[in-house]
Amino acid sequence: MSDTDGRRWHDMGGMPAGPIPMEGHDFALWEKRVDALMVLCGNKGFLSVDGLRRALEDMGEDTFEKYSYYERWIASINQNLIEAGLYTLEELGTRMAEVQARGPTYGEANNG
Amino acid sequence: MAEHVRIKAIYPPGHVRAPYYLRGKTGVIERDLGNFANPEQLAYRHKADPKPLYRVRFTMAEVWGDNAENPADTIDAEVYDHWLERV
Repeated sequence: MSDTDGRRWHDMGGMPAGPIPMEGHDFALWEKRVDALMVLCGNKGFLSVDGLRRALEDMGEDTFEKYSYYERWIASINQNLIEAGLYTLEELGTRMAEVQARGPTYGEANNG
Repeated sequence: MAEHVRIKAIYPPGHVRAPYYLRGKTGVIERDLGNFANPEQLAYRHKADPKPLYRVRFTMAEVWGDNAENPADTIDAEVYDHWLERV
């Protein structure tokens, strides 16, 4: 069923879902930073949990399979902050290139 | 006398707060929860109107039909007034 004539992909209540994974797991430092970013931006009024959910839902079903939880979150946070006018895409791209130039291990930390 | 309501069987392709599995199902108002800023407007950065929110109680028989394991059990859902039709 498509998104326009009935149940949207994320509206899963009552659908078969298999067993619930009960094991816990730790989070990477970047995932904790994404979580912190969401809380900070929410407290400052730059985004709402409703806007976060809307962007996550609009990503479509494939992203649910392709990306991890916090990968989807940072994409949604970015979408909302762009819409809020906090920065431009040109500014974002320039900053991403600067961060990328620091090297692949820059974002790692011990005991994170 | 319990007030009976039906969740509207409409399917707009946006951010909505009425779960699909309850659309078209009839329940009773369990309690009035007060007004809340409409999340369906907040989701798009729009100024949000205050909307009444209700806790609505459904029987499993109503929601799942013959598939209900315990038809007399109930499930509560919190649904905004603009998704409810009085029946």
